[in-house]
Amino acid sequence: MASSIFQVAHKNGRKSKNILAPLAFLIPGLIMVGIFVYYPVFKTANLSFQRFALFDQSNIYFNGLDNFRGIFQDVHFSRILQNTVIWVVVSLFFQLTIGFIIALYLQNRFKFSGLYQGLIFIPWALSGFLMGLVWKWMFDDNLGVINNILLAWNIIETPVPWLSNANWAMAAVIVANIWYGVTFFVIMILAALQGVPKEILEAAELDGCSRAQSLFRVIIPYIRPTLILIILLRIIWITNFPDIIFGMTSGGPNQNTHILSSWLVQKITYDQDWGSGSALGLMMLGVLFIFSIFYLLATRLEKDSEA
Amino acid sequence: MFKTLGKATKISILGIWFVFTLFPLYWMFLTSIRPVRETTKFFYYPHSNSTLDNYRTLFSQYSFGTYIRNSLVVALVASTFVIFIGMLGAYALARYNFKGKAQIMLVFLVTQMIPGLIALAPLYLLLQRVNLLNTLYALILCYIGGMIPFATVMLRGFLQRIPPELDEAALIDGCNRFTALFRVVFPVALPGIAATFIFAFVQCWNELFLAMVLIDSDGNKTFPVAMRSFIGAYYIEWGGLAASVMIGIVPTVVMFALMSKFMISGLSAGIVKG
Repeated sequence: MASSIFQVAHKNGRKSKNILAPLAFLIPGLIMVGIFVYYPVFKTANLSFQRFALFDQSNIYFNGLDNFRGIFQDVHFSRILQNTVIWVVVSLFFQLTIGFIIALYLQNRFKFSGLYQGLIFIPWALSGFLMGLVWKWMFDDNLGVINNILLAWNIIETPVPWLSNANWAMAAVIVANIWYGVTFFVIMILAALQGVPKEILEAAELDGCSRAQSLFRVIIPYIRPTLILIILLRIIWITNFPDIIFGMTSGGPNQNTHILSSWLVQKITYDQDWGSGSALGLMMLGVLFIFSIFYLLATRLEKDSEA
Repeated sequence: MFKTLGKATKISILGIWFVFTLFPLYWMFLTSIRPVRETTKFFYYPHSNSTLDNYRTLFSQYSFGTYIRNSLVVALVASTFVIFIGMLGAYALARYNFKGKAQIMLVFLVTQMIPGLIALAPLYLLLQRVNLLNTLYALILCYIGGMIPFATVMLRGFLQRIPPELDEAALIDGCNRFTALFRVVFPVALPGIAATFIFAFVQCWNELFLAMVLIDSDGNKTFPVAMRSFIGAYYIEWGGLAASVMIGIVPTVVMFALMSKFMISGLSAGIVKG
Protein backbone atom coordinates (compact mmCIF):
# COMPACT_ATOMS: atom_id res chain seq x y z
CA MET A 1 0.00 0.00 0.00
CA ALA A 2 2.58 2.45 1.16
CA SER A 3 4.88 1.79 -1.76
CA SER A 4 2.14 2.47 -4.30
CA ILE A 5 1.48 5.85 -2.75
CA PHE A 6 5.15 6.71 -3.08
CA GLN A 7 5.17 5.57 -6.65
CA VAL A 8 2.34 7.90 -7.48
CA ALA A 9 4.02 10.76 -5.67
CA HIS A 10 7.25 10.09 -7.45
CA LYS A 11 5.62 9.72 -10.84
CA ASN A 12 4.03 13.12 -10.51
CA GLY A 13 6.93 14.73 -8.76
CA ARG A 14 9.90 13.85 -10.86
CA LYS A 15 9.44 12.64 -14.38
CA SER A 16 12.99 12.78 -15.55
CA LYS A 17 13.49 13.05 -19.28
CA ASN A 18 17.19 12.85 -18.66
CA ILE A 19 18.21 9.29 -19.37
CA LEU A 20 21.93 9.88 -18.83
CA ALA A 21 21.83 10.21 -15.05
CA PRO A 22 20.02 6.92 -14.32
CA LEU A 23 22.07 5.20 -16.99
CA ALA A 24 25.28 6.31 -15.32
CA PHE A 25 24.10 4.63 -12.14
CA LEU A 26 23.13 1.47 -14.00
CA ILE A 27 26.14 1.06 -16.27
CA PRO A 28 28.52 -0.74 -13.85
CA GLY A 29 25.88 -3.36 -13.07
CA LEU A 30 24.83 -3.79 -16.68
CA ILE A 31 28.42 -4.26 -17.81
CA MET A 32 29.09 -6.93 -15.17
CA VAL A 33 25.85 -8.76 -15.99
CA GLY A 34 26.61 -8.52 -19.69
CA ILE A 35 30.04 -10.07 -19.31
CA PHE A 36 29.34 -12.69 -16.67
CA VAL A 37 25.73 -13.73 -17.37
CA TYR A 38 24.73 -12.90 -20.95
CA TYR A 39 28.03 -13.39 -22.75
CA PRO A 40 28.25 -17.00 -21.43
CA VAL A 41 24.83 -17.72 -22.91
CA PHE A 42 26.02 -16.77 -26.38
CA LYS A 43 29.32 -18.53 -25.90
CA THR A 44 27.43 -21.67 -24.83
CA ALA A 45 25.33 -21.52 -27.97
CA ASN A 46 28.53 -21.24 -29.93
CA LEU A 47 30.32 -24.09 -28.11
CA SER A 48 27.40 -26.46 -28.51
CA PHE A 49 28.00 -26.72 -32.25
CA GLN A 50 31.68 -27.52 -31.84
CA ARG A 51 33.72 -30.51 -30.97
CA PHE A 52 35.39 -29.03 -27.93
CA ALA A 53 37.20 -31.09 -25.33
CA LEU A 54 39.28 -29.32 -22.72
CA PHE A 55 42.02 -31.94 -22.79
CA ASP A 56 42.29 -31.72 -26.56
CA GLN A 57 42.27 -28.00 -27.31
CA SER A 58 44.29 -28.32 -30.52
CA ASN A 59 41.50 -30.31 -32.11
CA ILE A 60 38.46 -28.04 -32.10
CA TYR A 61 36.11 -27.87 -35.04
CA PHE A 62 32.52 -27.17 -36.02
CA ASN A 63 30.55 -30.40 -35.82
CA GLY A 64 27.01 -29.29 -36.54
CA LEU A 65 24.40 -31.13 -34.53
CA ASP A 66 26.66 -33.98 -33.40
CA ASN A 67 26.61 -32.89 -29.76
CA PHE A 68 22.82 -32.80 -29.67
CA ARG A 69 22.60 -36.15 -31.43
CA GLY A 70 25.05 -37.58 -28.91
CA ILE A 71 22.87 -36.46 -26.00
CA PHE A 72 19.68 -37.97 -27.44
CA GLN A 73 21.45 -41.20 -28.29
CA ASP A 74 23.11 -41.59 -24.90
CA VAL A 75 21.90 -44.81 -23.24
CA HIS A 76 21.23 -42.91 -20.00
CA PHE A 77 19.30 -40.06 -21.58
CA SER A 78 15.74 -41.31 -21.08
CA ARG A 79 16.44 -42.31 -17.48
CA ILE A 80 18.01 -38.92 -16.75
CA LEU A 81 15.08 -37.10 -18.32
CA GLN A 82 12.63 -39.17 -16.29
CA ASN A 83 14.66 -38.54 -13.12
CA THR A 84 14.61 -34.80 -13.77
CA VAL A 85 10.82 -34.72 -14.01
CA ILE A 86 10.39 -36.85 -10.88
CA TRP A 87 13.00 -34.80 -9.02
CA VAL A 88 11.24 -31.54 -9.83
CA VAL A 89 7.62 -32.64 -9.43
CA VAL A 90 7.98 -34.66 -6.21
CA SER A 91 10.35 -32.19 -4.54
CA LEU A 92 8.15 -29.25 -5.47
CA PHE A 93 4.95 -30.92 -4.30
CA PHE A 94 6.26 -31.73 -0.84
CA GLN A 95 8.22 -28.52 -0.40
CA LEU A 96 5.16 -26.48 -1.29
CA THR A 97 2.69 -28.48 0.80
CA ILE A 98 4.86 -28.69 3.92
CA GLY A 99 5.99 -25.10 3.47
CA PHE A 100 2.39 -23.91 3.20
CA ILE A 101 1.24 -25.77 6.30
CA ILE A 102 4.14 -24.51 8.40
CA ALA A 103 3.70 -20.97 7.15
CA LEU A 104 0.00 -21.07 8.13
CA TYR A 105 0.93 -22.28 11.61
CA LEU A 106 3.65 -19.66 12.01
CA GLN A 107 1.40 -16.85 10.87
CA ASN A 108 0.09 -16.25 14.37
CA ARG A 109 2.87 -15.70 16.84
CA PHE A 110 3.21 -18.03 19.78
CA LYS A 111 5.69 -18.41 22.60
CA PHE A 112 9.19 -18.90 21.14
CA SER A 113 7.87 -18.61 17.58
CA GLY A 114 10.78 -16.31 16.72
CA LEU A 115 13.29 -18.85 17.97
CA TYR A 116 11.43 -21.68 16.27
CA GLN A 117 11.49 -19.83 12.96
CA GLY A 118 15.16 -19.02 13.27
CA LEU A 119 16.06 -22.66 13.86
CA ILE A 120 13.94 -24.26 11.14
CA PHE A 121 15.16 -21.68 8.64
CA ILE A 122 18.76 -22.83 9.08
CA PRO A 123 18.84 -25.21 6.06
CA TRP A 124 18.42 -22.17 3.84
CA ALA A 125 21.88 -20.95 4.83
CA LEU A 126 23.65 -24.26 4.30
CA SER A 127 25.57 -25.54 1.31
CA GLY A 128 23.58 -28.04 -0.73
CA PHE A 129 26.74 -29.97 -1.44
CA LEU A 130 27.77 -30.26 2.22
CA MET A 131 24.26 -31.25 3.21
CA GLY A 132 24.37 -33.85 0.45
CA LEU A 133 27.38 -35.34 2.22
CA VAL A 134 25.53 -35.29 5.53
CA TRP A 135 22.56 -37.12 4.04
CA LYS A 136 24.90 -39.57 2.36
CA TRP A 137 26.27 -40.44 5.79
CA MET A 138 22.78 -40.78 7.26
CA PHE A 139 21.56 -42.95 4.36
CA ASP A 140 24.68 -45.14 4.45
CA ASP A 141 23.63 -48.76 3.82
CA ASN A 142 25.44 -50.27 6.79
CA LEU A 143 26.38 -47.55 9.22
CA GLY A 144 23.73 -44.98 8.42
CA VAL A 145 21.51 -43.76 11.20
CA ILE A 146 18.36 -44.04 9.09
CA ASN A 147 18.70 -47.78 8.57
CA ASN A 148 19.63 -48.18 12.22
CA ILE A 149 16.57 -46.35 13.44
CA LEU A 150 14.29 -48.28 11.09
CA LEU A 151 15.87 -51.55 12.24
CA ALA A 152 15.63 -50.60 15.90
CA TRP A 153 11.94 -49.75 15.53
CA ASN A 154 11.34 -53.00 13.63
CA ILE A 155 10.02 -51.15 10.60
CA ILE A 156 12.42 -53.06 8.36
CA GLU A 157 14.13 -56.40 8.90
CA THR A 158 17.16 -56.01 6.70
CA PRO A 159 18.99 -52.76 5.88
CA VAL A 160 17.59 -50.89 2.89
CA PRO A 161 20.28 -50.41 0.19
CA TRP A 162 19.48 -46.68 0.06
CA LEU A 163 22.33 -45.44 -2.04
CA SER A 164 23.33 -48.58 -3.92
CA ASN A 165 19.93 -49.31 -5.45
CA ALA A 166 18.90 -46.94 -8.24
CA ASN A 167 15.29 -46.39 -7.15
CA TRP A 168 16.00 -46.12 -3.43
CA ALA A 169 18.83 -43.72 -4.22
CA MET A 170 16.48 -41.51 -6.20
CA ALA A 171 14.05 -41.51 -3.26
CA ALA A 172 16.88 -40.66 -0.88
CA VAL A 173 18.13 -37.65 -2.84
CA ILE A 174 14.58 -36.35 -3.12
CA VAL A 175 14.05 -36.63 0.64
CA ALA A 176 17.20 -34.60 1.17
CA ASN A 177 16.04 -32.04 -1.38
CA ILE A 178 12.65 -31.67 0.32
CA TRP A 179 14.43 -31.17 3.63
CA TYR A 180 16.56 -28.48 2.02
CA GLY A 181 13.89 -26.56 0.14
CA VAL A 182 10.92 -26.23 2.50
CA THR A 183 12.45 -23.15 4.12
CA PHE A 184 12.17 -21.15 0.92
CA PHE A 185 8.44 -21.77 0.71
CA VAL A 186 7.87 -21.04 4.40
CA ILE A 187 9.62 -17.69 4.05
CA MET A 188 7.90 -16.69 0.83
CA ILE A 189 4.42 -17.82 1.85
CA LEU A 190 4.74 -16.27 5.28
CA ALA A 191 5.62 -12.98 3.61
CA ALA A 192 2.64 -13.31 1.25
CA LEU A 193 0.27 -14.15 4.11
CA GLN A 194 1.30 -11.00 5.92
CA GLY A 195 -0.08 -9.08 2.99
CA VAL A 196 -3.60 -10.51 3.36
CA PRO A 197 -5.72 -7.74 4.92
CA LYS A 198 -7.15 -8.68 8.32
CA GLU A 199 -10.49 -7.07 7.37
CA ILE A 200 -11.10 -9.58 4.58
CA LEU A 201 -10.53 -12.49 6.94
CA GLU A 202 -12.78 -10.97 9.56
CA ALA A 203 -15.48 -10.35 6.97
CA ALA A 204 -15.22 -13.96 5.84
CA GLU A 205 -15.55 -15.13 9.41
CA LEU A 206 -18.62 -12.93 9.95
CA ASP A 207 -20.16 -14.38 6.82
CA GLY A 208 -19.82 -17.80 8.41
CA CYS A 209 -16.79 -19.17 6.58
CA SER A 210 -15.13 -22.11 8.26
CA ARG A 211 -11.37 -22.07 8.55
CA ALA A 212 -10.95 -24.37 5.57
CA GLN A 213 -13.33 -22.23 3.53
CA SER A 214 -11.51 -19.02 4.30
CA LEU A 215 -8.24 -20.74 3.43
CA PHE A 216 -9.36 -21.95 0.00
CA ARG A 217 -11.83 -19.18 -0.88
CA VAL A 218 -10.06 -16.16 0.58
CA ILE A 219 -6.42 -16.67 1.48
CA ILE A 220 -5.26 -18.77 -1.46
CA PRO A 221 -6.98 -16.62 -4.13
CA TYR A 222 -5.53 -13.53 -2.47
CA ILE A 223 -1.91 -14.73 -2.51
CA ARG A 224 -2.30 -16.52 -5.86
CA PRO A 225 -0.13 -14.15 -7.91
CA THR A 226 2.74 -14.61 -5.46
CA LEU A 227 2.25 -18.37 -5.41
CA ILE A 228 2.32 -18.58 -9.19
CA LEU A 229 5.56 -16.67 -9.35
CA ILE A 230 7.40 -18.48 -6.57
CA ILE A 231 6.36 -21.86 -7.96
CA LEU A 232 7.76 -20.96 -11.36
CA LEU A 233 10.99 -19.67 -9.85
CA ARG A 234 11.26 -22.79 -7.77
CA ILE A 235 10.71 -25.12 -10.72
CA ILE A 236 13.55 -23.42 -12.54
CA TRP A 237 15.71 -23.43 -9.46
CA ILE A 238 15.16 -27.09 -8.54
CA THR A 239 15.88 -28.12 -12.13
CA ASN A 240 19.21 -26.33 -11.92
CA PHE A 241 20.18 -27.55 -8.48
CA PRO A 242 22.53 -30.55 -8.69
CA ASP A 243 24.42 -29.80 -5.44
CA ILE A 244 22.64 -32.31 -3.22
CA ILE A 245 22.84 -35.09 -5.80
CA PHE A 246 26.48 -34.28 -6.26
CA GLY A 247 27.16 -34.64 -2.56
CA MET A 248 25.08 -37.77 -2.06
CA THR A 249 25.55 -39.98 -5.11
CA SER A 250 27.49 -38.04 -7.78
CA GLY A 251 24.83 -39.39 -10.11
CA GLY A 252 25.47 -43.02 -9.20
CA PRO A 253 24.89 -45.91 -8.93
CA ASN A 254 25.74 -46.25 -12.61
CA GLN A 255 24.39 -42.80 -13.65
CA ASN A 256 20.98 -43.70 -12.27
CA THR A 257 20.40 -40.66 -10.06
CA HIS A 258 21.57 -38.04 -12.52
CA ILE A 259 19.24 -35.22 -13.42
CA LEU A 260 19.97 -33.00 -16.41
CA SER A 261 21.90 -30.42 -14.39
CA SER A 262 24.09 -32.94 -12.55
CA TRP A 263 24.75 -34.63 -15.87
CA LEU A 264 25.82 -31.27 -17.25
CA VAL A 265 28.22 -30.80 -14.34
CA GLN A 266 29.67 -34.23 -14.96
CA LYS A 267 30.19 -33.47 -18.65
CA ILE A 268 31.97 -30.22 -17.81
CA THR A 269 34.08 -31.28 -14.83
CA TYR A 270 34.82 -34.98 -15.32
CA ASP A 271 34.36 -35.82 -18.98
CA GLN A 272 35.59 -32.34 -19.92
CA ASP A 273 33.49 -32.62 -23.05
CA TRP A 274 32.49 -28.98 -23.27
CA GLY A 275 30.80 -29.23 -26.64
CA SER A 276 28.37 -31.82 -25.35
CA GLY A 277 27.98 -30.04 -21.97
CA SER A 278 27.17 -26.77 -23.74
CA ALA A 279 24.64 -28.45 -26.02
CA LEU A 280 22.93 -29.90 -22.96
CA GLY A 281 22.97 -26.49 -21.25
CA LEU A 282 21.49 -24.82 -24.31
CA MET A 283 18.71 -27.39 -24.47
CA MET A 284 17.91 -26.89 -20.79
CA LEU A 285 17.81 -23.14 -21.25
CA GLY A 286 15.49 -23.50 -24.23
CA VAL A 287 13.14 -25.92 -22.50
CA LEU A 288 12.93 -23.80 -19.34
CA PHE A 289 12.33 -20.68 -21.38
CA ILE A 290 9.50 -22.22 -23.37
CA PHE A 291 8.07 -23.81 -20.24
CA SER A 292 8.10 -20.45 -18.42
CA ILE A 293 6.24 -18.72 -21.22
CA PHE A 294 3.58 -21.43 -21.39
CA TYR A 295 3.29 -21.49 -17.62
CA LEU A 296 2.76 -17.75 -17.40
CA LEU A 297 0.31 -17.75 -20.31
CA ALA A 298 -1.65 -20.69 -18.88
CA THR A 299 -1.93 -19.18 -15.40
CA ARG A 300 -2.99 -15.86 -16.86
CA LEU A 301 -5.57 -17.42 -19.17
CA GLU A 302 -7.04 -19.35 -16.29
CA LYS A 303 -7.40 -16.15 -14.32
CA ASP A 304 -9.05 -14.34 -17.25
CA SER A 305 -11.61 -17.10 -17.73
CA GLU A 306 -12.47 -16.95 -14.04
CA ALA A 307 -13.18 -13.25 -14.20
CA MET B 1 -12.85 -30.28 21.87
CA PHE B 2 -12.04 -29.43 18.27
CA LYS B 3 -9.91 -26.57 19.42
CA THR B 4 -7.66 -28.79 21.56
CA LEU B 5 -7.47 -31.30 18.73
CA GLY B 6 -6.41 -28.53 16.36
CA LYS B 7 -3.82 -27.33 18.79
CA ALA B 8 -2.45 -30.83 19.28
CA THR B 9 -2.13 -31.28 15.51
CA LYS B 10 -0.37 -27.98 15.22
CA ILE B 11 2.11 -28.77 17.97
CA SER B 12 2.88 -32.23 16.63
CA ILE B 13 3.36 -31.06 13.03
CA LEU B 14 5.61 -28.22 14.09
CA GLY B 15 7.44 -30.57 16.46
CA ILE B 16 8.03 -33.27 13.86
CA TRP B 17 9.27 -30.73 11.37
CA PHE B 18 11.59 -29.25 13.97
CA VAL B 19 13.18 -32.64 14.72
CA PHE B 20 13.41 -33.55 11.04
CA THR B 21 15.04 -30.21 10.18
CA LEU B 22 17.65 -30.18 12.90
CA PHE B 23 18.41 -33.88 13.21
CA PRO B 24 20.97 -34.00 10.35
CA LEU B 25 22.97 -31.23 11.99
CA TYR B 26 22.75 -32.81 15.41
CA TRP B 27 23.83 -36.15 13.96
CA MET B 28 26.76 -34.60 12.12
CA PHE B 29 27.86 -32.91 15.31
CA LEU B 30 27.77 -36.21 17.21
CA THR B 31 29.74 -37.91 14.45
CA SER B 32 32.35 -35.19 14.57
CA ILE B 33 33.09 -35.63 18.28
CA ARG B 34 33.17 -39.43 18.31
CA PRO B 35 36.50 -41.10 18.79
CA VAL B 36 37.55 -42.54 15.42
CA ARG B 37 37.22 -46.21 16.37
CA GLU B 38 33.65 -45.67 17.49
CA THR B 39 32.36 -44.31 14.20
CA THR B 40 31.11 -47.75 13.28
CA LYS B 41 28.88 -48.12 16.33
CA PHE B 42 25.19 -47.64 15.68
CA PHE B 43 24.26 -45.08 18.27
CA TYR B 44 26.39 -42.67 20.13
CA TYR B 45 25.70 -40.13 22.81
CA PRO B 46 28.15 -37.47 23.92
CA HIS B 47 30.07 -38.56 27.00
CA SER B 48 33.53 -38.58 28.52
CA ASN B 49 35.30 -40.12 25.54
CA SER B 50 34.12 -37.38 23.17
CA THR B 51 37.02 -35.74 21.43
CA LEU B 52 37.98 -32.77 19.30
CA ASP B 53 40.67 -34.79 17.49
CA ASN B 54 38.75 -34.73 14.23
CA TYR B 55 38.81 -30.94 14.27
CA ARG B 56 42.51 -30.78 15.15
CA THR B 57 43.41 -33.10 12.27
CA LEU B 58 41.74 -30.78 9.75
CA PHE B 59 44.06 -27.96 10.63
CA SER B 60 47.24 -29.94 11.34
CA GLN B 61 47.18 -32.48 8.50
CA TYR B 62 45.17 -30.53 5.93
CA SER B 63 45.26 -26.81 5.21
CA PHE B 64 41.66 -26.08 6.14
CA GLY B 65 42.81 -22.78 7.61
CA THR B 66 43.81 -21.66 4.12
CA TYR B 67 40.57 -22.87 2.52
CA ILE B 68 38.45 -21.03 5.05
CA ARG B 69 40.49 -17.88 4.60
CA ASN B 70 40.09 -18.09 0.80
CA SER B 71 36.35 -18.57 1.08
CA LEU B 72 36.03 -15.68 3.51
CA VAL B 73 38.05 -13.35 1.29
CA VAL B 74 36.06 -14.24 -1.82
CA ALA B 75 32.67 -14.03 -0.12
CA LEU B 76 33.33 -10.78 1.75
CA VAL B 77 34.93 -8.93 -1.18
CA ALA B 78 32.36 -10.10 -3.73
CA SER B 79 29.39 -9.29 -1.49
CA THR B 80 30.73 -5.82 -0.72
CA PHE B 81 31.10 -4.99 -4.41
CA VAL B 82 27.70 -6.48 -5.16
CA ILE B 83 26.09 -4.19 -2.59
CA PHE B 84 27.91 -1.14 -3.92
CA ILE B 85 27.12 -1.75 -7.60
CA GLY B 86 23.65 -3.05 -6.79
CA MET B 87 22.81 0.07 -4.78
CA LEU B 88 23.72 2.31 -7.72
CA GLY B 89 21.47 0.40 -10.10
CA ALA B 90 18.70 0.01 -7.55
CA TYR B 91 18.72 3.74 -6.88
CA ALA B 92 18.30 4.55 -10.56
CA LEU B 93 15.48 2.03 -10.90
CA ALA B 94 13.70 3.20 -7.76
CA ARG B 95 14.01 6.95 -8.16
CA TYR B 96 14.05 7.79 -11.87
CA ASN B 97 11.47 7.37 -14.58
CA PHE B 98 13.08 7.03 -17.94
CA LYS B 99 12.62 5.39 -21.28
CA GLY B 100 13.86 1.81 -21.32
CA LYS B 101 13.46 1.28 -17.59
CA ALA B 102 11.14 -1.67 -18.06
CA GLN B 103 13.60 -3.25 -20.49
CA ILE B 104 16.46 -2.86 -18.04
CA MET B 105 14.37 -4.48 -15.30
CA LEU B 106 13.75 -7.32 -17.73
CA VAL B 107 17.49 -7.70 -18.34
CA PHE B 108 17.90 -8.30 -14.60
CA LEU B 109 14.83 -10.48 -14.15
CA VAL B 110 15.44 -12.80 -17.11
CA THR B 111 18.73 -13.89 -15.50
CA GLN B 112 16.61 -15.84 -13.02
CA MET B 113 15.80 -18.22 -15.83
CA ILE B 114 19.36 -18.78 -16.99
CA PRO B 115 20.98 -21.82 -15.39
CA GLY B 116 24.22 -20.60 -13.83
CA LEU B 117 25.81 -23.91 -14.76
CA ILE B 118 25.95 -23.09 -18.46
CA ALA B 119 28.45 -20.36 -17.65
CA LEU B 120 31.09 -22.81 -16.40
CA ALA B 121 32.85 -23.44 -19.71
CA PRO B 122 32.49 -19.93 -21.18
CA LEU B 123 33.81 -18.26 -18.04
CA TYR B 124 36.78 -20.63 -17.90
CA LEU B 125 37.69 -19.70 -21.47
CA LEU B 126 37.15 -15.99 -20.81
CA LEU B 127 39.30 -15.94 -17.69
CA GLN B 128 41.93 -18.06 -19.38
CA ARG B 129 42.26 -15.35 -21.99
CA VAL B 130 42.86 -12.63 -19.39
CA ASN B 131 45.19 -14.86 -17.39
CA LEU B 132 43.10 -14.96 -14.23
CA LEU B 133 42.51 -18.70 -14.04
CA ASN B 134 43.33 -20.22 -10.70
CA THR B 135 43.13 -16.93 -8.83
CA LEU B 136 40.66 -15.70 -6.27
CA TYR B 137 40.08 -12.63 -8.48
CA ALA B 138 38.45 -14.90 -11.05
CA LEU B 139 35.93 -16.15 -8.52
CA ILE B 140 35.28 -12.70 -7.11
CA LEU B 141 34.54 -11.27 -10.56
CA CYS B 142 32.24 -14.12 -11.56
CA TYR B 143 30.32 -14.02 -8.30
CA ILE B 144 29.84 -10.27 -8.53
CA GLY B 145 28.51 -10.58 -12.08
CA GLY B 146 26.23 -13.44 -11.18
CA MET B 147 24.75 -11.81 -8.08
CA ILE B 148 24.20 -8.26 -9.31
CA PRO B 149 20.76 -8.98 -10.83
CA PHE B 150 19.15 -10.30 -7.66
CA ALA B 151 20.91 -7.71 -5.49
CA THR B 152 19.73 -4.85 -7.70
CA VAL B 153 16.13 -6.04 -7.76
CA MET B 154 16.09 -6.75 -4.04
CA LEU B 155 17.67 -3.41 -3.08
CA ARG B 156 15.27 -1.61 -5.39
CA GLY B 157 12.44 -3.12 -3.37
CA PHE B 158 13.88 -1.65 -0.19
CA LEU B 159 14.60 1.75 -1.69
CA GLN B 160 11.03 2.04 -2.93
CA ARG B 161 9.85 1.84 0.65
CA ILE B 162 11.94 4.86 1.61
CA PRO B 163 10.14 8.15 0.94
CA PRO B 164 11.75 10.03 -1.98
CA GLU B 165 11.28 13.23 0.06
CA LEU B 166 14.24 12.09 2.14
CA ASP B 167 16.79 12.31 -0.63
CA GLU B 168 15.04 15.31 -2.18
CA ALA B 169 15.70 17.14 1.06
CA ALA B 170 19.32 16.05 0.91
CA LEU B 171 19.59 17.38 -2.65
CA ILE B 172 18.24 20.74 -1.58
CA ASP B 173 20.75 20.78 1.27
CA GLY B 174 23.54 20.58 -1.27
CA CYS B 175 24.18 16.88 -1.74
CA ASN B 176 24.57 15.55 -5.24
CA ARG B 177 22.78 12.34 -6.26
CA PHE B 178 25.75 10.22 -5.33
CA THR B 179 26.36 11.65 -1.87
CA ALA B 180 22.61 11.71 -1.24
CA LEU B 181 22.55 8.00 -1.94
CA PHE B 182 25.46 7.00 0.25
CA ARG B 183 25.16 9.55 3.08
CA VAL B 184 21.39 9.77 3.45
CA VAL B 185 19.63 6.82 1.84
CA PHE B 186 22.21 4.18 2.72
CA PRO B 187 21.83 4.46 6.52
CA VAL B 188 18.03 4.31 6.31
CA ALA B 189 18.13 1.30 4.01
CA LEU B 190 20.61 -0.52 6.24
CA PRO B 191 18.36 -3.43 7.28
CA GLY B 192 17.64 -4.23 3.64
CA ILE B 193 21.28 -3.81 2.72
CA ALA B 194 22.29 -6.15 5.52
CA ALA B 195 19.80 -8.75 4.32
CA THR B 196 21.09 -8.48 0.75
CA PHE B 197 24.70 -8.63 1.89
CA ILE B 198 24.17 -11.77 3.91
CA PHE B 199 22.20 -13.36 1.12
CA ALA B 200 25.09 -12.69 -1.24
CA PHE B 201 27.61 -13.93 1.30
CA VAL B 202 25.77 -17.22 1.75
CA GLN B 203 25.62 -17.80 -2.00
CA CYS B 204 29.35 -17.12 -2.42
CA TRP B 205 30.31 -19.26 0.53
CA ASN B 206 28.31 -22.21 -0.75
CA GLU B 207 29.18 -22.01 -4.44
CA LEU B 208 30.92 -25.17 -5.59
CA PHE B 209 30.93 -25.79 -9.33
CA LEU B 210 32.41 -22.57 -10.67
CA ALA B 211 35.12 -22.73 -8.02
CA MET B 212 35.79 -26.34 -9.00
CA VAL B 213 36.28 -25.40 -12.64
CA LEU B 214 38.25 -22.19 -12.14
CA ILE B 215 40.53 -23.13 -9.24
CA ASP B 216 43.15 -25.80 -9.51
CA SER B 217 45.98 -25.18 -7.06
CA ASP B 218 45.59 -26.26 -3.46
CA GLY B 219 46.55 -22.85 -2.07
CA ASN B 220 43.64 -21.11 -3.82
CA LYS B 221 40.89 -23.61 -3.13
CA THR B 222 37.76 -22.41 -1.45
CA PHE B 223 36.12 -24.45 1.26
CA PRO B 224 33.60 -26.42 -0.86
CA VAL B 225 36.24 -27.26 -3.47
CA ALA B 226 38.57 -28.51 -0.75
CA MET B 227 35.74 -30.65 0.60
CA ARG B 228 35.21 -32.05 -2.88
CA SER B 229 38.82 -33.19 -3.18
CA PHE B 230 38.90 -34.21 0.48
CA ILE B 231 36.20 -36.81 -0.10
CA GLY B 232 37.43 -37.72 -3.56
CA ALA B 233 41.01 -38.49 -2.71
CA TYR B 234 40.68 -40.65 0.37
CA TYR B 235 38.51 -43.36 1.69
CA ILE B 236 35.73 -41.45 3.40
CA GLU B 237 36.59 -41.04 7.03
CA TRP B 238 33.28 -39.90 8.44
CA GLY B 239 34.58 -38.36 11.66
CA GLY B 240 36.86 -35.97 9.77
CA LEU B 241 34.22 -35.28 7.19
CA ALA B 242 31.66 -34.47 9.86
CA ALA B 243 34.06 -32.10 11.59
CA SER B 244 34.77 -30.26 8.34
CA VAL B 245 31.07 -29.99 7.55
CA MET B 246 30.46 -28.51 10.99
CA ILE B 247 33.19 -25.92 10.39
CA GLY B 248 31.91 -25.22 6.90
CA ILE B 249 28.43 -24.33 8.04
CA VAL B 250 29.45 -22.06 10.93
CA PRO B 251 29.95 -18.82 8.95
CA THR B 252 26.65 -18.95 7.12
CA VAL B 253 24.69 -20.01 10.18
CA VAL B 254 26.22 -17.14 12.18
CA MET B 255 25.46 -14.68 9.38
CA PHE B 256 21.96 -16.06 9.19
CA ALA B 257 21.39 -15.75 12.93
CA LEU B 258 22.44 -12.12 12.72
CA MET B 259 19.84 -11.32 10.10
CA SER B 260 16.95 -13.69 10.72
CA LYS B 261 14.98 -10.66 11.89
CA PHE B 262 15.10 -9.16 8.40
CA MET B 263 14.73 -12.44 6.56
CA ILE B 264 11.08 -12.35 5.64
CA SER B 265 10.80 -8.75 4.56
CA GLY B 266 14.24 -9.04 3.01
CA LEU B 267 13.75 -12.04 0.80
CA SER B 268 10.30 -11.14 -0.33
CA ALA B 269 11.26 -7.60 -1.30
CA GLY B 270 12.87 -8.83 -4.47
CA ILE B 271 12.28 -11.89 -6.51
CA VAL B 272 15.15 -13.90 -5.35
CA LYS B 273 17.07 -17.02 -6.15
CA GLY B 274 17.98 -19.72 -3.67
